[in-house]
Amino acid sequence: MTIKFKTISNGEAIPIESIPHLPFDEFSTQAVEIITGGGKVVQFFAFQTDNTIRLIGVLRTDALLVATCDVPERYPALTTQCEPFHMFEREIAEQYGIIPEGHPWLKMVRYHPNCRGVDDAFGNDYNEDIPGNYDYYSVAGDEIHEVAVGPVHAGVIEPGHFRFNCIGERVLNLEIQLGYQHRGAEDLLLKADPKRLAFIAENIAGDTSVGHSLCHSQAMEALAGIQTDDGAKIIRTIGLELERIANHVGDLGALSGDVAFLPPANYCGRMRGDFLNMSLLLCGNRFGKGLVRPGGVRFPMNDDNRRDLTARVSELKPQVQHTIDLLFSTSSVHSRFEGCGTVSRSDAEKMGLVGPAGRACGLVYDVRRCFSTERYEYLHIPENAESTGDVYARAKVRADEVMQSIGIIEILLSRPAETEIIDVAEMVLAPNSFVVTLNEAWRGELSHCIITDAEGGILRYKVKDPSFHNWNGLSMSLRNTGISDFPLNNKSYNLSYCGFDL
Amino acid sequence: MLNVLKNRFEQGCKTSKYPKENVQLLPRYRGRPQINPEAPADVAAACAAACPQEAIDASARTIDMGRCVFCGTCTRISNGGFVTFTQDFATAVAEKEHLITAGDIPDLAAHSRQHFKKLFGRSLQLRQVSAAGCNACEADLNVLATPFFDLARFGINFVASPRHADGIVVTGPISRNMKTALLQTFEATPEPRVVIAVGSCTLTGGPFRGSPEVSEGLDAILPVDLFIPGCPPHPMSNLHALLTFFK
Repeated sequence: MTIKFKTISNGEAIPIESIPHLPFDEFSTQAVEIITGGGKVVQFFAFQTDNTIRLIGVLRTDALLVATCDVPERYPALTTQCEPFHMFEREIAEQYGIIPEGHPWLKMVRYHPNCRGVDDAFGNDYNEDIPGNYDYYSVAGDEIHEVAVGPVHAGVIEPGHFRFNCIGERVLNLEIQLGYQHRGAEDLLLKADPKRLAFIAENIAGDTSVGHSLCHSQAMEALAGIQTDDGAKIIRTIGLELERIANHVGDLGALSGDVAFLPPANYCGRMRGDFLNMSLLLCGNRFGKGLVRPGGVRFPMNDDNRRDLTARVSELKPQVQHTIDLLFSTSSVHSRFEGCGTVSRSDAEKMGLVGPAGRACGLVYDVRRCFSTERYEYLHIPENAESTGDVYARAKVRADEVMQSIGIIEILLSRPAETEIIDVAEMVLAPNSFVVTLNEAWRGELSHCIITDAEGGILRYKVKDPSFHNWNGLSMSLRNTGISDFPLNNKSYNLSYCGFDL
Repeated sequence: MLNVLKNRFEQGCKTSKYPKENVQLLPRYRGRPQINPEAPADVAAACAAACPQEAIDASARTIDMGRCVFCGTCTRISNGGFVTFTQDFATAVAEKEHLITAGDIPDLAAHSRQHFKKLFGRSLQLRQVSAAGCNACEADLNVLATPFFDLARFGINFVASPRHADGIVVTGPISRNMKTALLQTFEATPEPRVVIAVGSCTLTGGPFRGSPEVSEGLDAILPVDLFIPGCPPHPMSNLHALLTFFK
């Protein structure tokens, strides 16, 4: 079969009319063929032009591929042939009221009315102010029991609902129902004053502020034809790596705490703060909010800052290394991490797991290496593949990445990063255009898409957080796992609720 | 075992001496805003126009800390001529109108409820409810349990159940889908109880203000006792607020 999808680059703005517009059947056949042949779904969503609803698919093999089609009100679900479309088709049904017929689990994603004002795909009444009036996947039989957890959880974390079907202590199935965090971010990005856009984008997930603002900025820059200077690229790369380190270090501590090995739990908690403070040093915000903006960065990194950061990194590096060594040389930690919450490589492929969760199952994909942005093409990004797919593998990948990211930051700090500071760049977006941006955020592949209308206004803004792929991985990890190992598995992924809920 | 001890010595004691000794934050930290009343009208107007949060009232010469995300755009476009951000992390207030300021924030200790000090001064157990928070406010509350801040040494803890709590700490712009769960958690907390609103989203909707899916301030839903502004508030702001208001 000749692939009719068009090859595009990460962060390249193209006219919409240059995207192959295929008949629905051909689009569907080709998309399924690309994915069953080993490709992955990056973005798959609906948008409206004039009075027609179109689907657009951004798929990846070794390259990024894109095509569109007109979609009928009801169409045969792609999910029946190919699992990775599962959540995307549910999202399309919710956002546009388009029904994927035969979808094996057609259930709402975020519990909100569709944007067209047509009949709800799930027959929901959204005057009911709480998600919950729907059936969960259930298991029948003697001695089967259900455990319902959330939306309000025991810890200081975001809300979501977990429904466990158990036999004794053993979990047969975990269904994760989110949507409690839905803030209408995609719609707000269409309606809000342009000066607010970057602020909305970076708050989609506050623990991934740099990742989201980077995806947003690269997309806006591509549409406006703005180039950023090398200094800004260096500072942005440092920002993204600091975010990765802080989150991974924090989670390694949380994992250690969950297996009752308290020294690393405390040390990691403190060291995570030291990395957040490096973001504060750069931009005045511990989460890197306000650092990245379309056109560059809002704060310089002068020689004093570089020296200060270098000194902080070199002081922390041995402490981090020693704490990781302590964690991974403790037999009680090994006995709890190993073989816990295993996901097979073939399941990981089918769910399209990304980031450390995917690499823990042997999927080596890393946006930094495969579709490099900013300074990554000049940096060595190892494959970091583990083969066991368990808590140990996920912890190991993240520990390895912490030390690699520290190395990356040391390299980037070794030379001056001169940049022109941006506050509010004048943005005139190319009309009737499309852009997709991808970055390797700490949880994995993060992507923003923008489609502009004839006047250069934003017609459709689509965000995909890596958690959109990975929540199903957590579900799969819990199969045949003791329910008491849920917290440990949950922390090994530490997925985003608000990034998923938008 | 030797390894554990070696690590312990390497880590040392990191707990801050606050509040006995003050903590100096890094130079780029933006704390309590200060308005220059002498600034020309056009400079003030330019700042108000550029503010992504519409937090600045150019004619009244005030800034609304509830809306402000402390991004510093106003300082930069006016070269510090109208708004500057100080290093002061003591930004919490007890009344919502105190969030609108020209720089002077009423003394929090003087506005705290005296019966709260009596009730909770020695032991305060809090239940955190994230209602569509982006996980930044949540993370900077969580961090209070780490060795540097060590909240527990003041008798303040985050607990798992509202039944064990003296109050709730709310983060996020209270999405439509979380409102009922939030109200149920509040109801489950025994009286007398306190309500603490943390972060720009909870105070005013923050960056998501205007979306039909979120609320424009917790105070319209529940009686709020303590407002802590920021995006997110620095952990020191949270710590200062809790200690000053309850101790």
